[in-house]
Amino acid sequence: MSIPHRRFDALIIGAGGAGLNAALRLASADLRVAVVSKVFPTRSHTVAAQGGVNAALANVLPDDWHWHMFDTVKGSDYLGDQDAIEYMCREAIPTVYELEHAGVPFSRIDDGRIYQRAFGGQSQNFGGDQAARTCAAADRTGHAILHTLYQQNVRARTHFFDEYFAIDLIRDEEGAILGALVLEIETGEPLVIEAKATLLATGGHGQVFRTTTNAFINTGDGMAMALRAGVPLMDMEFYQFHPTGVAGKGMLITEGARGEGGYLINGDGERFMERYAPRALDLASRDVVARSMVTEIREGRGCGPNKDHVMLRLDHLGADVVHRRLPGITDICRVFLGLDPAEQAIPVFPTAHYAMGGIPTDRFARVVAPARHGPEEVVPGLYAAGECACVSVHGANRLGGNSLLDILVFGRAAGTDILAYVAEHPHHRPIRDTDIEPALTRLGRWDRTGEGESVAAVKADLRKLMEDHCGVFRDDATMAAGVDKLKALRERVEHVRLKDQSRTFNTARIEALELDNLVDVGMATLMSAFHRQESRGAHSRVDHPERDDEQWMKHSLYARDGDRMDYKPVRTKPLTVESFPPKARVY
Amino acid sequence: MNRRMDPPETQAMPTQEAGREAARLRWQCRRGMLELDLLLNRFLETGFPALDAAGRADFVRLLGYQDQIIHDWLMGQAVPADAAMRRLVGEIRAAMRNATAATGDAP
Repeated sequence: MSIPHRRFDALIIGAGGAGLNAALRLASADLRVAVVSKVFPTRSHTVAAQGGVNAALANVLPDDWHWHMFDTVKGSDYLGDQDAIEYMCREAIPTVYELEHAGVPFSRIDDGRIYQRAFGGQSQNFGGDQAARTCAAADRTGHAILHTLYQQNVRARTHFFDEYFAIDLIRDEEGAILGALVLEIETGEPLVIEAKATLLATGGHGQVFRTTTNAFINTGDGMAMALRAGVPLMDMEFYQFHPTGVAGKGMLITEGARGEGGYLINGDGERFMERYAPRALDLASRDVVARSMVTEIREGRGCGPNKDHVMLRLDHLGADVVHRRLPGITDICRVFLGLDPAEQAIPVFPTAHYAMGGIPTDRFARVVAPARHGPEEVVPGLYAAGECACVSVHGANRLGGNSLLDILVFGRAAGTDILAYVAEHPHHRPIRDTDIEPALTRLGRWDRTGEGESVAAVKADLRKLMEDHCGVFRDDATMAAGVDKLKALRERVEHVRLKDQSRTFNTARIEALELDNLVDVGMATLMSAFHRQESRGAHSRVDHPERDDEQWMKHSLYARDGDRMDYKPVRTKPLTVESFPPKARVY
Repeated sequence: MNRRMDPPETQAMPTQEAGREAARLRWQCRRGMLELDLLLNRFLETGFPALDAAGRADFVRLLGYQDQIIHDWLMGQAVPADAAMRRLVGEIRAAMRNATAATGDAP
């Protein structure tokens, strides 16, 4: 089979904030840059980020990048790498100004400087008064950033492959990454994109859970490609859940609803948080509220015909308070549930939101993996940035306003390092047919005909399995059962068949390829969670409720080959300042 | 004309083309926001098939707008100036209201 090849200096897979910021840096330096995106670039999930970008500009209240660093290390529950965190907090400032100059319409204060709002977890002077560190473009920061970066890339002549799906990385015998095999969705034709450097910037994998805030596109494609290329995934057990998502749909009902006096009830009409957190009640920490909700459901006190959710009551607050102070929640309830939250309770369930783990990289966004000479050897020609990557700046939990920052700073860092890499490696390495074969085999597997299960059925079972066995309620027995079930489900995928074998716009084939990715990433998440016997940040275990720095202050690494777990130390030494030693995390 | 006399390929063409068009639209309904994924896909399944040619063209036109704009319209935070878009937005919202089952899986 003869497959066409295209050659570029750099290949970027994913067109969200990380990919586009890297692409802009490269295209502006006159490199030939290809961006592959399975949807039109401005439909990437960055568009959904409303909050903002943290940077210690000190425009509203006193601030310092070092205070930002302290907050981020503490927020990570001391699992974040302090060299990368120092780099991110320092680079936040020029990164935001660069975006401002590129045309992002940040909200401003009266003197014309960028407005900054206060978010949880932000402090002045290493844990003192509240700081105001988040720069925003009204409530649509992600949209503003994504559109600005896209327009700038068009101007810089970045080459976009819109509606192309990346099948797998192409790797030579020495382990260097030579580009990727991609599929044009419209024609169903494969294409080899050769590149001197390849950046994975494919976002998160929230779709592995049944209830998620993530869009349908978030299927962990880049993470799974890295796994199949022999790169382990790091700290995958750390996944951020919000307690109150709309049950069965996933959209977030903000904590503001409980802040205004909303409370949760079970199927017996009982205000159950009185039993779990008698003082803080419904305003207890996120993990406590989420686990209490799931405990009620597991013990048969859920609501609805399937007893699979609980209810959030706001109706006692009065229509004026609900509609005026919680307009976003009112809109969501009216549109998706056909109810007015001032009159009826809202069905809720914990919703999966953000992956702290991902493809391990250093602070230059170079992918690093264990090899002969240590746990962090650079994979030649491969970079990762954004939610699919794990630098690790979020460690065990992420602060609000640090996710857009992560994608922008490390997208930019990837661009900078790729420029140097391409200068040092000016020629494409040769690709042999055998280097492409594994990716073609993966694609060809979906041409098998005959009777078999459907993609949709297996995907639904996977998402339910992950929610039940690796959601907010985690203990040894629950996760051990989950591992067994997931291994069985992985076998089932072998027997899935596509009814539609056409080539042109065969989206069923794309969804099958996404299912492969979700299963791989789901196994990485579940295995990592099963093995970490402590509670830290977003990973909360009923049977190991304490953080255990002696045993577990280390990064997890899951390798697909044999479902193996490995570990590597946390980088506790920053670049120029003193380390922040682990302390109990109290807010 | 006797339909059975048509060559197979000319009979198959419209169906294949319609299937391809449906798949293309389904992919266009994949957006950056979960809210849009849920609303647009639900409508594609339940409301779109009943639209006439002009209505279908309006839906294709709607999909060409930016995510944030469609989001504001569908969530009732802004009203389209164009009467056809206003009508379509109302139909998409109604399709979601009518879907009572909350199964939790992507439509």
